[in-house]
Amino acid sequence: MRPFLFILSAMVLMSLAFWAYRENYATQRALKDVSNLNREIAGLRESLSQQRAEWAYLNRPARLRDLVALNFDSLGLLPMESGQFSRIDQVAFPLPPIAAPELGSPIETMGDVESGAGAFETPADAPAKGSEEPL
Amino acid sequence: MIRTPLRPLARVLSAREKGENPDHIERENIRLRVEATRARAQNRAEGRLLLLGLAFFAAFILVGARMGLLAASVPQEPRSAASGAEISGRRADITDRNGRILATNFSTFSLYAQPKQMVDPAHVAKGLVDIFPDMNVDDLQRRFTDGRSFMWLRKKLSPEQMQAVHDIGDPGLLFGPRDMRLYPNGKLAAHILGGASFGAEGVHSAEVIGVAGVERAMDARLRDPAQAATPLALSIDLTVQSTMAEVLDAGMTMMNAKGAAGVLMDVHTGEVIAMVSLPDFDPNDRPQPLLSGDPGDSPLFNRALQGVYELGSTFKIFAAAQAIELGLVNADTLVDANAPMRWGKHKIGEFEGKNYGPLLSVTDIIVKSSNVGTANLALKIGGMRQQAFLKSLGLFDATPLELIEAPGAIPLIPKRWPDIVTITASYGHGMSASPMHLAAAYAAIANDGVMLPPTLLKRDKIPQGTRVLSANTAAIAASMLRQVVTRGTASMGEVEGYDVGGKTGTADKVKRGGGYDKGKNINTFAAMFPASDPQYVLVVTLDEASENTGPKPRRTAGWTAVPVAAEVIRRTAPLLGLRPQIEYTPLNTVSAARQ
Repeated sequence: MRPFLFILSAMVLMSLAFWAYRENYATQRALKDVSNLNREIAGLRESLSQQRAEWAYLNRPARLRDLVALNFDSLGLLPMESGQFSRIDQVAFPLPPIAAPELGSPIETMGDVESGAGAFETPADAPAKGSEEPL
Repeated sequence: MIRTPLRPLARVLSAREKGENPDHIERENIRLRVEATRARAQNRAEGRLLLLGLAFFAAFILVGARMGLLAASVPQEPRSAASGAEISGRRADITDRNGRILATNFSTFSLYAQPKQMVDPAHVAKGLVDIFPDMNVDDLQRRFTDGRSFMWLRKKLSPEQMQAVHDIGDPGLLFGPRDMRLYPNGKLAAHILGGASFGAEGVHSAEVIGVAGVERAMDARLRDPAQAATPLALSIDLTVQSTMAEVLDAGMTMMNAKGAAGVLMDVHTGEVIAMVSLPDFDPNDRPQPLLSGDPGDSPLFNRALQGVYELGSTFKIFAAAQAIELGLVNADTLVDANAPMRWGKHKIGEFEGKNYGPLLSVTDIIVKSSNVGTANLALKIGGMRQQAFLKSLGLFDATPLELIEAPGAIPLIPKRWPDIVTITASYGHGMSASPMHLAAAYAAIANDGVMLPPTLLKRDKIPQGTRVLSANTAAIAASMLRQVVTRGTASMGEVEGYDVGGKTGTADKVKRGGGYDKGKNINTFAAMFPASDPQYVLVVTLDEASENTGPKPRRTAGWTAVPVAAEVIRRTAPLLGLRPQIEYTPLNTVSAARQ
């Protein structure tokens, strides 16, 4: 019994030593990974701040103003002014969707104005009702 | 425990048989018992001492071992610790109120030389001059060969320049990493930001220090490593600032002015939304201060804050408001305004020698900008009360703005305050203040009579403020200012949808030697909008402006500063999120049919 216990404890000792050895190296590897990651994070933070600076530089108001002036033909952007504001009751209601004839079926009636005319009356009346209370 | 009897019967009997005294046995037994007790107590005491000794020993071993470990080990950062709050050695960014970057850091390189390591100084000198035209070949060559071992060549390099220096290929040219301060918006808000430069310089790093403006005033906050990750948010709105600078620049050109300044303040928080001074400069490349001439002509001069001028008739509203507040008059009281008025040897007249009198209501004094009427109001108030009121509006002290220039910009106040100063100060002469002072004072009127200290930092919590006028008086003053625009001297200040109210001020500049320069004006328009419920205060000042489209140059504020200010309001009010009040126009037949 006793020799068996000796051998068993020696084996346990050796396996513990092996485990400690492996843990030691795993820890060192993890620490190295962490410091690499930290370095990478610092680098990324650095480039993030560079990108932010570049973004701010490219979006500086003077440059945007010049770009707006250069591209006036295509964009037609103008400064926002009070004349561009309007009251909600001065905005026209959207036109009712035009009932498009289904493809394939022949158009049977043409020029039937009366059917859609009723829808236009409501918006024309609306401002008159709300004229006392400005929005 | 078996207790031994003191007089065991067997021994007593045997002792009696032997003829001995049985008491001896008892005494012997008592002695033995006492001895046993003492031995037990001694044992226990010794055991306790041993335990205590062991505890002390363990404690000393622990402390000693820890000390030995600390003394013998190499110091190092705990590598596995999680990175929590970011601690950075960089300077904190500066942003506007919406988080857009006004100042940030940029990594670059500096260039230095170690001439002793240099292979071919002549070639290096020539190569450097090709890259940096401002360097001198002979000078460089002399300094490379005079035996020194170190010299700085350039504080900042662009990547292209760095590559070109690399291409010279000499081991004596070396680069050191540098953090430089970058202002991506260029000239925008230059006077607020100020600028930065290098402090103590080493090869591997250099200290970045603020030299002016917010950068200098908030230097400690910006350099604090614990707060480096949180940018410093200013109250400035970048878009509004940019729009105001654009409009003022155009206005300055149109009105032939040599300088312009504008301050826009939020009246309810005391935050400065925009502060422009023209001409301006690029804080990335801050110019040197002027060595000769008037420092006020330097682009570094912040006209909005440091420009302490006689601001003219814009002060009249203070006299009117105070007179109403004190109950001396009301808005319709008729006051003597018969020009010219004589006071001792002084004659007080009106603009172009007019006479608005003999009597004017207080409202009309403001609307027509009558010097004589205001003077009479001021005399009713009296010098002491007038001084106290102007002081409560902050017009006697430096503004508390977070700029290094602010404490130096103190209004010019006469030392004595005789009645003639009471008269002239009531219409803005004889004492000087900056547009920033004026904006803060107007903001007090606009904020229902509560004075808030102005600030350039974004405010999370609005301070209490001090009441200088009752809300009723403030509303009356605002309505007077509105009438100046609708039927008075600032008729060009009308902006559709935003009830502008304001007061013009035209003052001759003070000559260096004393007296006034008739041809040189400071034109100011101090406005609040919308006058029915004031939200913002705008002060526009033009330096030596004249409007030359007519037969003779017009130099009054009504012709120069007012249209520029109106344009500023027209452009910035929508950006500030103010909705214009749109008059309802009923649909006519054409627009109705279009719908």
